[in-house]
Amino acid sequence: MAVTLGIYYIVPWLRWDRGPALPDQAVLVDLANRRFFFFFIEIWPHEFYFIAGLLIMAGLGLFLFTAALGRVWCGYACPQTVWTDLFILVERWIEGDRNARLKLHRQKKWDLRKLRLRVTKIFAWILIALATGGAWVFYFADAPNLLRDLVTGQAHLIAYSTVGILTATTFFFGGFAREQICIYACPWPRIQAAMMDEDTLTVGYREWRGEPRGKLQKEVDPNAPPQGDCINCMACVNVCPTGIDIRDGQQMECITCALCIDACDDMMEKIGKPRGLIDYLALSDEPLERAGTPPRPIWKHVFRLRTMVYTGLWSLVGVLLIVALLMRSDIDVTVAPVRNPTFVTLSDGSIRNTYELRMRNKHGEERRFEIGIESSEALSLSIEGSEDMSVTVDPDSMRLQRVYVVAPKTSQAAQGALSDLTFWIEDSISNERAHKDTVFHGKGNGQ
Amino acid sequence: MSKQPVQKNEVSTTGHEWDGIEEFNNPLPRWWLWTFYLTIIWGIGYTIAYPAWPGIKGATEGMLGFSTRAEVAADIEAVNTQNEAINTRLASAELTEIANDPELNGYANSAGAAVFKTWCAQCHGSGAAGAKGYPNLLDNDWLWGGDIESIHQTVTAGIRNEENFDARYSEMPAFGRDELLEDEQIDQVVNFVMSLSGDPMDASLVGEGATVFADNCASCHGDAGLGDRDQGAPNLADAIWLFGGSYGDIRETVYNSRFGVMPSWDTRLTEAQIRAVSAYVHQLGGGE
Repeated sequence: MAVTLGIYYIVPWLRWDRGPALPDQAVLVDLANRRFFFFFIEIWPHEFYFIAGLLIMAGLGLFLFTAALGRVWCGYACPQTVWTDLFILVERWIEGDRNARLKLHRQKKWDLRKLRLRVTKIFAWILIALATGGAWVFYFADAPNLLRDLVTGQAHLIAYSTVGILTATTFFFGGFAREQICIYACPWPRIQAAMMDEDTLTVGYREWRGEPRGKLQKEVDPNAPPQGDCINCMACVNVCPTGIDIRDGQQMECITCALCIDACDDMMEKIGKPRGLIDYLALSDEPLERAGTPPRPIWKHVFRLRTMVYTGLWSLVGVLLIVALLMRSDIDVTVAPVRNPTFVTLSDGSIRNTYELRMRNKHGEERRFEIGIESSEALSLSIEGSEDMSVTVDPDSMRLQRVYVVAPKTSQAAQGALSDLTFWIEDSISNERAHKDTVFHGKGNGQ
Repeated sequence: MSKQPVQKNEVSTTGHEWDGIEEFNNPLPRWWLWTFYLTIIWGIGYTIAYPAWPGIKGATEGMLGFSTRAEVAADIEAVNTQNEAINTRLASAELTEIANDPELNGYANSAGAAVFKTWCAQCHGSGAAGAKGYPNLLDNDWLWGGDIESIHQTVTAGIRNEENFDARYSEMPAFGRDELLEDEQIDQVVNFVMSLSGDPMDASLVGEGATVFADNCASCHGDAGLGDRDQGAPNLADAIWLFGGSYGDIRETVYNSRFGVMPSWDTRLTEAQIRAVSAYVHQLGGGE
């Protein structure tokens, strides 16, 4: 809980130097300028497949963990669980332990003490919710500036409404809805059910050891019927955030938070019985344990074909992303031939095609790009509004440039249908080049 | 979930009975019914507040005076106000300096593209490639000049219209229809004209054609057929033919005379719009 919360609150405040023209926030989703910054990586809209790749990895990662360990995501990393735990922690600080809280809840009369406790609790919850909603917007704008604007009332209405909505949802989901979200609203438990199999580790009750349950006997009566280890103390039920009885077997509501395991182990120690009446179990071990043989080691459950395949796929996507990231260049060009019309006849009979070049400069400083063409035909290039063959592109931006390619009257390119043509741009400082293939349209009808 | 016990009372019937079949009385849920009544009340209020009921001369206008047309007008007004400063700057800028001012040039090209697609595309085509009889604005052949000042003048006053005193004006005689030339003289001159641009022709007629050309055509089109922009006389020695370059097309032009008309735009567009569209056309590829 502390780890996940810490990451969430601290990340927007990390700085990363990218030069004067770019923001220095380490992780920033700049929607207005359509840029995504992640430490040394800067993603432009046309590179959105990186995000898609990360999402695929996240999906496969969840499959892997679910197949191996059950609903660990739900129990440990899901924001709903993390914030609910935080809210319950605050509740415990203010109102006392479970029994005290129940007593307070049942107390009909609203005396000063109850009022004070309730107001403090709700106030603390709202503060947490506000901090949560507030932290979210820092991922989308420069954090220090935005914080100052938010406090002084100068921030944009969207920032306030985002903070407001997130505050309200956090407060309601964490304070009141809690496990109802997991049971009724969240689709993930249903999907997870399909991910799990009999080798998946889940929280389970060793029913063959615990039953028949009964009160702890001070002195064992030899005539009494044999009794299991479960003393029916209800500790496991009381701690369960989703309010189920794990002794009834696997249930949809279980989020594998393992609170019942801890509660039961404490109890077993107190009464001097072995721990593990409630434990991480794989369903496939049940027959073995019933027969009295020890269960198979955990690694045998975790390393099996299914998890291997998930791990393989996950690594494959990861490697592909890293390769794509390394091959990515800092300059880029795309070419759109103007097709209205496809070609123009000039007064000397030569044929001209027009192209729109989109040149991207991902450097934090202005760069000069030289433009050139390669073709098996003798074509000549000219640039609209420029005498020489180079143009400047502003830092971290895209420039749209119209260029003309002319084929002499009698050439094959002018008389034929299509000729090959490749545009290139070259950064005058780094000599880095980017290429883009296209075609030249002649007078021929293209059949 | 619900802790309510199963319904205690039997469902009553409506009292209707047909052949022993009775109808249960299951009224609509109260919340549903009240929502329904509320929508009716809301609907009545809405038709009073907003335009709703159709009449003979149009719908009722509503108490709030809401009108989508007024909203559009307000939006347009807002954009105009926003662009007022740069429009003023554009209208007073030196024409040849527009291209050197990145902000002005960017605005002129965007605004000019919009003006072009609204007012010019009907004849010149959305891509400005023209059509037979309507000049292609992308190429480097200009009847009246292709520098930005000439383009601006052409857009402002138009060509051969009767609404603007300054309209560019020229007219080619109908040499055949008005019997200024014999049929065979026309054949000869057409062959000569085709020889100027290097198109295939009957070489035996070119010699006589040259004489006919010098006597009748050279005063406007020039001795070498290179045209004259002061008179809007086309260059006959290049590869571009406004009304077609085949033998039949050229003969038709000489016989009947052909020319187009362009409206004057100074009464329809603002000076800033005219300058914007001039700058736009100038940078389409043929600008001089």
